[in-house]
Formats: sequence, structure tokens, C-alpha cells
Amino acid sequence: MVSLTRARPRTCANWQRTLNASLSAFVSRGIASSSSPASLPPSHNERPCRIAVIGSGPAGFYTAYRAMTKIRGAKVDMYESLPVPFGLVRFGVAPDHPEVKNCQDKFEEVAASPDFTFVGNVSVGSPSDHPDGGAVSLASILRHYNAVVFAYGASMDRTLGVPGEAALKGVYSAREFVGWYNGLPEYANLAPDLTQGEEAVIIGQGNVALDVARMLLEDVDVLRKSDIAAHALGALSKSKVKRVHIVGRRGPMQAAFTIKEIRELIKLSAVAFHPIDTALIPSDPKQLPRAPRRLMDILLKGSPTTPSPSSNTTKSWSLDFCLTPKQFLPRPSSPSHLGFTEFERTSLSPNPFDPHAYALGTGAAVQIPSPLAFRSIGYKSAPLHEFADIGIPFDAARGVISNDGSGRVQHEERTRGAAMALASFPGLYCAGWVKRGPTGVIASTMQDAFATADAIAQDWAKKDVPFLNEQGDGAAAGWEGVQLETGVDRANVVSWEDWRKIDGAERRRGRPIGKEREKFTTTSEMLAVIR
Amino acid sequence: MSTTFRALTQRIPRLGFTLRQPSVAIVQQARCYSKLSAAPRSSRRPTQYLLCLPLAQSRTLSQSSAVGHGHVDPPKPGKELYVTFIDKEGAEYKIAVNNGDNLLDIAQAHDLEMEGACGGSCACSTCHVIVTDQEYYDRIPEPGDDENDMLDLAFGLTETSRLGCQVHMTPELDGLRVKLPSMTRNLQESDFKS
Repeated sequence: MVSLTRARPRTCANWQRTLNASLSAFVSRGIASSSSPASLPPSHNERPCRIAVIGSGPAGFYTAYRAMTKIRGAKVDMYESLPVPFGLVRFGVAPDHPEVKNCQDKFEEVAASPDFTFVGNVSVGSPSDHPDGGAVSLASILRHYNAVVFAYGASMDRTLGVPGEAALKGVYSAREFVGWYNGLPEYANLAPDLTQGEEAVIIGQGNVALDVARMLLEDVDVLRKSDIAAHALGALSKSKVKRVHIVGRRGPMQAAFTIKEIRELIKLSAVAFHPIDTALIPSDPKQLPRAPRRLMDILLKGSPTTPSPSSNTTKSWSLDFCLTPKQFLPRPSSPSHLGFTEFERTSLSPNPFDPHAYALGTGAAVQIPSPLAFRSIGYKSAPLHEFADIGIPFDAARGVISNDGSGRVQHEERTRGAAMALASFPGLYCAGWVKRGPTGVIASTMQDAFATADAIAQDWAKKDVPFLNEQGDGAAAGWEGVQLETGVDRANVVSWEDWRKIDGAERRRGRPIGKEREKFTTTSEMLAVIR
Repeated sequence: MSTTFRALTQRIPRLGFTLRQPSVAIVQQARCYSKLSAAPRSSRRPTQYLLCLPLAQSRTLSQSSAVGHGHVDPPKPGKELYVTFIDKEGAEYKIAVNNGDNLLDIAQAHDLEMEGACGGSCACSTCHVIVTDQEYYDRIPEPGDDENDMLDLAFGLTETSRLGCQVHMTPELDGLRVKLPSMTRNLQESDFKS
């Protein structure tokens, strides 16, 4: 029988006998009747390694880049469900951080390679979320490549699960707010109402929370030259928000934000930072390791602008520690709108200075009145619809594809002695947030993507590690094969050339108003450029 | 189609993509440059002057970064400053450079494994280097807040860590030796905590 399960010899000696029937049903077409090491081609290197990368964000591009560097003759096809590439570099990085987007230069270089093909506006494994997008099945992808890399990121939001979260107007997720100001088509029509009052609450203390705070507090003229979406510029210039609470369950020693983002907020001109509760900072911060020591220093030092007692003139923000959200309460005068967010005060155990301290409820309730609240407690990856059918395991608790840490997709299987062992699927890999969870900056995603690409290269260099579709008479057909099989409408597919036209059109739109680009915020506008 | 081809052929020489003629040209160019820059003293201590492009890597995308951001000119004879990069395998690359060149540009121009994801704007930590000699470290102007903030996020931070994009060569730094930290690492337990 066909063996499609690649087990490391040390974890599962009888891997030739193992069978993953569900996966084989999907990919059996290209596979010969035996896959014992002896029958494998003498070397993988004799034919090009065809790799499909699902997702065109930094994880996808850095994996492609490294794989093309490490594997001679590798050919990468990159699938992206939107007509435009770069994922969170385009739709997540704040518009006032243009330098962070410089990594796109590298991605452009990768895309210029003759061994790279961009397949834009084509969703894999689920229907397109917009009417003019194409879709192909994951099963079809698995039939036409040697290796498939899942790098599709985190498309969902973690929720608090507290009363009022879904029902009240004025409660937003940071994910949708960030998508909205960055011109993500999915949230182009969010239209958050920033005119209902001066206070805003952000729940969560990661860097996304600080981005949201900075967008609310920053002088809107600073944003005018950025690539912020025009609709967001309009709404932010009418915003009445002056006082931002960034609320976390734990203290400064446990917070997820990093010092660069804190420093940016502290340095905002004419914006005051309310001093933090010093009881939560070790009495002798000099004893701390370098990173927390510098972070505590800057928090203790505070901002040059001091909060005005009347709070009418100056914008200000605070880090409100040791509060856990309990419910969103309506405004008495308008029951469908948010009026208050209620928190329970926490205490930190075993002590406030332990970086791994956890928060215990004290029973004391605290209410912060505000017509606006942003939930910023993290993103979450979701499995592709076809994962269950094919048997690709998804760790729902951690929101990642089960993998060996180097990006090899793994599943549990029964060994001969009935013990459970972890085994890898042949040719399946993952990278980025769907591999290790939704945290970290682009540098960490780069490292992580490189680790995945190195794993592919190591496996490809070994004669006895099976990949997908190697027993056929020729090389895997890649995108050409997928097109033929699925009959996806070519008119819907966005090539790299097409993207460059969209890119050029966005830059031309931005020029008269002094912006680097004016993004199209609907897929139909994007596609109109190339039709 | 013709525009595609033109776009590619314009780019390939710059990038040295796989197995195309122009990429070989770039490799040779870079190798000549390395040889030239190292030539004056190589007769005395030849083993020190390794070429910076091991052939195994020379046809790959990895050198795409070589000219992407890493733009440096060969130093004039007699004006060379020397910097040695030690890669994660321990191989040493001694390079002759100009006064004012920064370590990121130098490394990229010589196809060493240094990413520079933010293009040298001190907004990431991918050009992290470790100065091997405390004395040299002390001669480099102190890092600013921005650089320190990024170093705080660097993997394998040491007391003599710097960002390559922020270290500019001066006569005082002639003979500088820096280590490149491993670009990839095995994931640790802490990576799995949210």
C-alpha cells in the first residue's frame, strides 16, 4: 500500500507500513504503488523542487526566498487570496512605520526571479471572500507540488467572551480597526464612530494595542503623508478622542509591548503619559536584565508633556494595569451603545515582579466610562476548511498547525507497539504565525521562515525523505497543473505583472496629495486596474 | 510578455538569480573585488584572505542582497580599512573597506548572511553583530536609544552586540572583528507561550 506518512526513523521504525488513508485519497494520483526508500529516485535533486506557498506575507516570502536560495532548481508558486501581496506588511504594519515595510524590497527581488510565480486573487482550500476572486482546492494543490508551505497567517481574532462584546456599538476589535486604517478590503466599511466622546479603552497591552493608541493620539497631519487609507484619515481628523486607557490584566513586568513602541507613544508631541503605578516596578530596576531594565526606566521616566488637570486641552494616555475585563455595559441614554467597560481588579501571583506572574481576581469592580473600546488581545489562526477531510491536524488551543518546531507538519499515529508517536506528512510544512502563533515582529517571522525553508532543504537533500508526487513520470506540474485540473478562471488570476500595475496605479493616486500611495480599498477597484 | 522579460533581464544582473549567465558575471565581479581589495597583503598572509563567495552559495538568491542595499565602493589602494566577519560556522572573511562604510552594507556587498530587513533604518534587529573584542567595542560610538531598543529584541544579545547598519568604519576600527549570530534557531519552549 501507499505510505504517505513520513516518520523519522527514530520515532517510528515501521513507517513504510503506515497509511494515512485520508491523505492518500487526496494525493494518490501522482504516487506509485510503493514508497519504500529503495524505490525513491536516486536523488531529489535531479528534478526541480516544486513548492507551493500559501500566503504572501513575510512568512511566505521569507520561506520562498530561503528555499530558492538553499535548494538548487526550486520553483515556488505563491498563492494569495487577495489581488495584492505582502499580507500584514501591507495590512498590519502601521502607516507611520514606513521603514518596517522596507522588507518589501527583498520580496520584490524574490518575485523577480524566473523561478517564482505569484498566483494572486486565488484562495486555497476555501471559497474566496470576495465575488471576483478565484479558488482552488487544497487537494488539487497537493497533487501538483512536491512540497506545500502553509504561511497564511492568522485570519481570526481572539475574543474575550464577556457580555456586551458582540452586541454593543462602539466595541471594536483591533484587528478590524487596523485593517480599516490600512485599507484592508474586508474592513473598508467599518466606519468606526470616533466622535461619541473623549475617552477610549483598549483592552490588551501588546504592540497592536499601542499601534491603535498611537493612531488615536497622533497628530493627524503626521499621518497625511503616510499610506493610511483615505477613509481613515477622514475619520481620524474628526475624532474627538483625547484620553486613551491601555488596559492589561497584569503589570509592566509581564506586558507584551516592546520598548520601541512605548518610546514612540511617550515621544508623541503634546501628548501626555499618566505616570504608572510604581508599586508594580521592582524597587531596584538596575538589578534587572537589560531589556526589562530599559523598559522599566522609560516607563518610570514618563513623558515630557504632563497631563493637564482639566484634561480639556491635552491628549493623554495611560497604561492601566491589573484589570481584567468582565463586561461591556450600555450607555443609559442609548442602550445599544457602549457606555462603560467593567473590569475586575487583579493581584499578581506570586508577586508583581515575576515575569511569569499570573493575575488573580480580587472581586473589586472598576468601571471605565467610554463610548469606544478596542479588543486587542491577539490574533488567531484558523484551519483551512479542507484540513479535516485530509487529516492535517490543527492545534485549536494554540491556533497553530501541529508541527515539529522546524515547520514539518506532524500528526500522531499509532506505532506497531500501539504507542503513539509523532510522524511528519511528506512534503507539508508551515511557517509564520500559523506555525508558531500570532506573536513577534517581522525579524522573528523571518527567522522562523528561514527555519522552515532550511527544514525543506535538509529533507530534499536526503534521499530517503519522501515528498509529494515524486513517483510520477515527470516533474510536478505546479500551477499549470492546478489550473488545468481546477479550471480556475484565468481572468480572475492576478500575476506579479498585474500587481505591479495595481502598485503603479496606487502610487499615481497618492502623488498629487503627497502620499507614497493611495491604496485601493476594494478588490473591484484593484482588479479594475488590470482589466 | 516582452516587458516581463525586460524587467527580468534588468533585474537578474543586479540580483544574480539562479543559473543565468548574468548571475555568473556578478559573482565574478564580486570575487574580483574581493581579490583586489585583499591583494596588497595577501602575499604575506594568504590564508587570511578568504574569498567572500563560497561557490556553493554563489549561484543562489542569497547574493540578491549583495547589491540590494549593500552598496559600497572598493577602497583605494593604501586607504583600506579591514574588518573581519566570522560566520556562524566559524569561517572568517577579512574584507578591505572604505572609511565610512557600515557593516550591513559591507556584509551584503560580500554576500555574507546578513538580512537587513528594514533596509538599514534601525527598525529591526536582523543585522545584529557581536563585536569579539571589548576594546574595539568601546571605540564604536555608543548606541542610541533606537538601536538599543532594537537590540533588546535581538536573539542571542551579548554585552558587545551592535546593529551592523549603525556601525560605520573609521581608522580607529581598522582590524575590527565581528561575529554573525545564527540566523535560524531551534524554537524554544517559550516560543509556544502566547
